[in-house]
Amino acid sequence: MDATLPTSETPAFSTARFRAEREADWVAFDALLTRLEKRGAKALSSDELLQLPLLYRATLSSLSIARATSLDKALLDHLEALSIRGYFLIYGVRESRLDRLKRFFLHDWPAAVRGLWKETLIVALILILGVATSWLLVAHDPEWYFHFIPEELSGGRDPRASVEFLRSTIGHGKAPDGEDGMLHVFATYLFTHNSRVSIMAFALGFAFGVPTMILEYYQGLSLGAMLAVFSAKGLGVEFGGWLFIHGTTELFAATLAGAAGLKIGTAVVFPGARGRLEAAAAAGRTAGKVMVGAIIMLLAAGILEGFGRQLITDTPVRYAIGTLMLLFWLGYYYLPRRSTAP
Amino acid sequence: MTPASTDARLRAAQAKKIREFVTPEGVDLELRIASASLRLGGLVIDLALIVVALILFTIAMLWAGFASRSTIMLSIWMLGGFVLRNFWFIGFELGQRAATPGKRLMGIRVVARDGGRLTADAVVARNLIRELELFLPLTMLSVSAAEDMASAWTVLFGLGWALTLSLFPLFNRDRMRMGDLIAGTWVVMAQRRKLDRDMASGEAAHRIAFSDAELAVYGIFELQELERVLRTADAKQMREVADTIRGKIGRPVAEEDDVFLTSYYRQLKTRLERKLLFGKRREDKYASD
Repeated sequence: MDATLPTSETPAFSTARFRAEREADWVAFDALLTRLEKRGAKALSSDELLQLPLLYRATLSSLSIARATSLDKALLDHLEALSIRGYFLIYGVRESRLDRLKRFFLHDWPAAVRGLWKETLIVALILILGVATSWLLVAHDPEWYFHFIPEELSGGRDPRASVEFLRSTIGHGKAPDGEDGMLHVFATYLFTHNSRVSIMAFALGFAFGVPTMILEYYQGLSLGAMLAVFSAKGLGVEFGGWLFIHGTTELFAATLAGAAGLKIGTAVVFPGARGRLEAAAAAGRTAGKVMVGAIIMLLAAGILEGFGRQLITDTPVRYAIGTLMLLFWLGYYYLPRRSTAP
Repeated sequence: MTPASTDARLRAAQAKKIREFVTPEGVDLELRIASASLRLGGLVIDLALIVVALILFTIAMLWAGFASRSTIMLSIWMLGGFVLRNFWFIGFELGQRAATPGKRLMGIRVVARDGGRLTADAVVARNLIRELELFLPLTMLSVSAAEDMASAWTVLFGLGWALTLSLFPLFNRDRMRMGDLIAGTWVVMAQRRKLDRDMASGEAAHRIAFSDAELAVYGIFELQELERVLRTADAKQMREVADTIRGKIGRPVAEEDDVFLTSYYRQLKTRLERKLLFGKRREDKYASD
């Protein structure tokens, strides 16, 4: 080989010439991407939007060529980063935020809930089982009550309380402390607290769903114990109304959150024909939609509980509202509809 | 251990972080998995920002509460805290760059593992799990410490739980959190690199011609190190590198360091790129020429 070859003649293909020819495209693509990231698709004219995929493909082809021919690290890194950025912007978003929101409420949310019907049934059964267990135990021997609900949390609502006191706690007769001005604070507290419990029930699902089921059973236990105390004093119907007005929404949401957790747990244990990771990912996406829905439901339940329950003290009206809410949710989720989604 | 095997090991370790990611156009983007330390850095920045936002928000609400003498501010404060904590991550990751401010600073982003687009449900799922991985152990510890009922077992259990979940990313190749696993996502490098000038073009003051034997001592790894040194343009570093090369090829100190290095870089690059065109990639100086 000629010793002075690199300096004496220019090869037919040179990376310097390659760069000089293509550089304008990369700079233009970079500028378009920056504007797109900062201000969205509206910032680009229709000409520029048409240019975008062309420049993107030009950049990708440059990357391929550069990888095969160039040893300039700065150039390679730049093209790689630019291609990655371009790929995620161009293939990333296909719908506007409004369309996505519309599709979520009209299709994705109820469809995801419908997809979980088996898990929903199981969690509901566990909840009912919890209620039944503690009800039977407390009705048989009131001492059991203190095993289910710690004394400092019950606020005096235990088997030793008088009928008048119990009645006052569910909003009949004298109002507890005349805290009407604080209702919204109460509602907000309930919402944030319940949401946290539901998120937890969901998140615990990955441990094969076992902690989720325990949590749901535990919720059922405390509910059943309370129910037994009130019905023993002849306040069962009133307590039911106190619970029903928001409980249909809140317990439904808690059930759905548990079902979402259980879905992930079962997907990990029984992945079926797919790989375990793939099955968990698919289940996670369905469950994610359900969880957004459950949090919206809990917001509704918090409003019903904080405002509705304190302002409406008439038991039949409470039942009516609770039933209406339940019918609304059931209809929204399970009524068959034409599939409009892609 | 020979230097050659050390180099090879280093390269293998870097290659282990690269995941094939083929676009519909058929180009492999070679995404690089973000390291655990970058993830942690991003998380710490995000948490710090959330705390700052929470403090500012609290002050604003206190002020508004005292000014208006109504308790509605208390509700807004509670709701705001809830939204901030749960939707900081979700909100930012739903944006165009799929990254929270912390992740953006670290140059990383979230992508869907299957190469499809990152859907909202995946983002929600991966971030709701955070409640379990991060906030639950934290609250458990702080509550038990505050109420002074921290039996050693509670603390130990909380700690064990937190460690199992938060160290989970260290035990898989893809550095996936529990949330990533369930949402089907990855966190990958997404740094921006600006297009630097071409070191191989531009006028050369004095051209020094190197013989083929003088150029044959180095490979691609050394070439790119040399490129880095030239781009940094630190006089002391250039002197060191120039002296090493002069010693290796047996040339006297006759020219300015930058002139010498630039000439050597250009000719080495031309030589190696020419070989590349013929399908010969010489990774480093230990590989055969």
